[in-house]
Amino acid sequence: MSYETVEAPLGMTAERQAVVAEAGQAPGKDWVIVTRGIKREYDMGGEVVRALRGVDLAIMRNEYVAIMGPSGSGKSTLMNTIGCLDTPNAGEYWLNGQQVSTMTDDALARVRNKEIGFVFQTFNLLPRATALHNVELPLVYAGVSSDERKRRAREALTRVNLEDRMDHRPNELSGGQRQRVAIARALVNNPSILLADEPTGNLDSSTSEEIMRVFETLADQGQTVIMVTHEPDIAAHARRVVVLRDGVIASDDRKSSFVEKLGILAPTLK
Amino acid sequence: MPFLDAIRLALQTIWVQKLKSFFTLLGVMIGVTFLIAVVSIVGGMSRYMSDELVGKIMAINSFEVRQRPNINIGDNSEEHQRELRRRPRIEEADVAPIVAALEPDIRYAAVGIGSLNAESKYQLKPKATRVFTVTPDYFDIKRMAPVKGRLFSPQEYEHGSNVIVIGQDVAKYYFNGLEPLGRELIVKGLPYTVVGVMETQGSAFGQSFDQFIVAPHTSPLNRLVNPHGLINSIIIQVPGQRSMVSTMENVREVMRIRHHLRPNQKDNFELQTSDSALEFWNKIKSYLVIAGVALPAIGLVVGAIVIMNIMLVAVAERTREIGIRKALGAKRRDIMSQFLVESATLSTLGAALGVATGFAFAKVISMLSPLPAAVELWSVLVGISIGAGVGVIAGVYPASRASRLDPITALRQE
Repeated sequence: MSYETVEAPLGMTAERQAVVAEAGQAPGKDWVIVTRGIKREYDMGGEVVRALRGVDLAIMRNEYVAIMGPSGSGKSTLMNTIGCLDTPNAGEYWLNGQQVSTMTDDALARVRNKEIGFVFQTFNLLPRATALHNVELPLVYAGVSSDERKRRAREALTRVNLEDRMDHRPNELSGGQRQRVAIARALVNNPSILLADEPTGNLDSSTSEEIMRVFETLADQGQTVIMVTHEPDIAAHARRVVVLRDGVIASDDRKSSFVEKLGILAPTLK
Repeated sequence: MPFLDAIRLALQTIWVQKLKSFFTLLGVMIGVTFLIAVVSIVGGMSRYMSDELVGKIMAINSFEVRQRPNINIGDNSEEHQRELRRRPRIEEADVAPIVAALEPDIRYAAVGIGSLNAESKYQLKPKATRVFTVTPDYFDIKRMAPVKGRLFSPQEYEHGSNVIVIGQDVAKYYFNGLEPLGRELIVKGLPYTVVGVMETQGSAFGQSFDQFIVAPHTSPLNRLVNPHGLINSIIIQVPGQRSMVSTMENVREVMRIRHHLRPNQKDNFELQTSDSALEFWNKIKSYLVIAGVALPAIGLVVGAIVIMNIMLVAVAERTREIGIRKALGAKRRDIMSQFLVESATLSTLGAALGVATGFAFAKVISMLSPLPAAVELWSVLVGISIGAGVGVIAGVYPASRASRLDPITALRQE
């Protein structure tokens, strides 16, 4: 979907168009994510926590973005919002041309199923199910027939080089293998975005590298990848880094300029 | 999620924790066991009552004109018994007017019954034996046939010959291994020649139906059995195509006139059908069925509460799984049906086990007692569907709690 086709159904304000136009420096690319003034507040026992205080973010198809920030910066909340697990109190969120911020629970579930592939820090595989069945799961909820599910799940597992581990349960797999199962599960329904939350948080550094190489390959193949992390060396794999602080975007850099700034930012991020 | 996938998932989950699942479904299982067992035993008793007991005493498609019922499962109050005893007996003289009122194709048999001591050359110890004196159609109506020898000839009926047919027990007792045909039984000093031995009539409640002697109604025995021209009953068999009710009304009319009853007076005789004999049993049966359903219902309620609790625990234990499923696109409906199907499957399994143990229970009872337990298909279907229903009802609350979990909170659960 091109920028032009997005415009009309969205009914964007002139201001919004300016933001989008600013972000859309590469003409002809599709907009996957457009947020405008997203606010999210929690009531924590009488005390109001303002996790997001107005986030404007636009992400194009095929981008490989890292979202960074110290704990409490709101990056988890932003991640949940982008992943349609949570809805903002105020502001708009457009995912692939659909206004998500006002959707019902079931509509959000459908969007999560079709548009988003999650990769979690703790893998979040079903412990009693085989790798194959874990990968099948999103297709079950998409209403895909059993044979088709198995075929596509095998294909996805083959993509992450786990074709010989399909019938293993998570506890029979190493951490890196588990995360690759999770990646296969995230990819199996051909989502618009692959959303990874600290994907290497539970892995040692060599396995981390292995997983990052998988992401790299996927990004090269044209998969949109958004990754939340607090580790600068992991974020360095991404081609764009968004840094959140106190619920707003503190910086948003393409790779070239980010690499130069990394040295300056690193101490604060730790 | 498709229904079959949901059931497969439920079965997997149940199988993984076999012991816990078994204890969970125990309540439903016991409830259904009792349901099946009670219904089977009551059904068996019912069949026993109608086929064995009443069926052996009453002939098919027939009714009996009697002084009082011979099968009395109902009102046993002293007052009622006195009323029955005060009634006039049925007389031989009643037969002709009744027969005159019947259609020509309707068969009848006048029967006199008494208990007399008989003896034989081979068995000097006399024994009280039931003696029947009957008119020719009796054997046909009762569908009794000889295994040995023959029935009475028309001449024997006409002349009142000293001939008898006997039941198997009588043959065994008095002739003790000898061929009874052509030998004699002595009753009150007079010898009677055995011309036939009847096929076995079976028994009910431990009482044999094979201990009898039958003689023509013209036989000298008739005077001993039915003194003063009194008889026990007139059996009237109505062919299938004729109305039993209208025939009974005709006979009732004749009897009321003969007994000089005024319109406001009740009948002082009995027109007994197999239905009227079973009437009281049917009343008891309905109470038994109600009790047999009410008691298991308590078990099922307890079973439902157990399942609900275990499902609530399961939802708590599997919060993270629910979070994962929701993140991957499970809708509320999917989560709801997953847990509903799980609890319904659990409960239906319990019901199925209950049906099996109920069967076994009924079998054991029918082996240890004379009651034949008949398992009825409807009770199996009712048992299974009650199981499924209990599971669904017990699962609604836990399943809806699961479906309403917030995915973020659920995913954060350790």
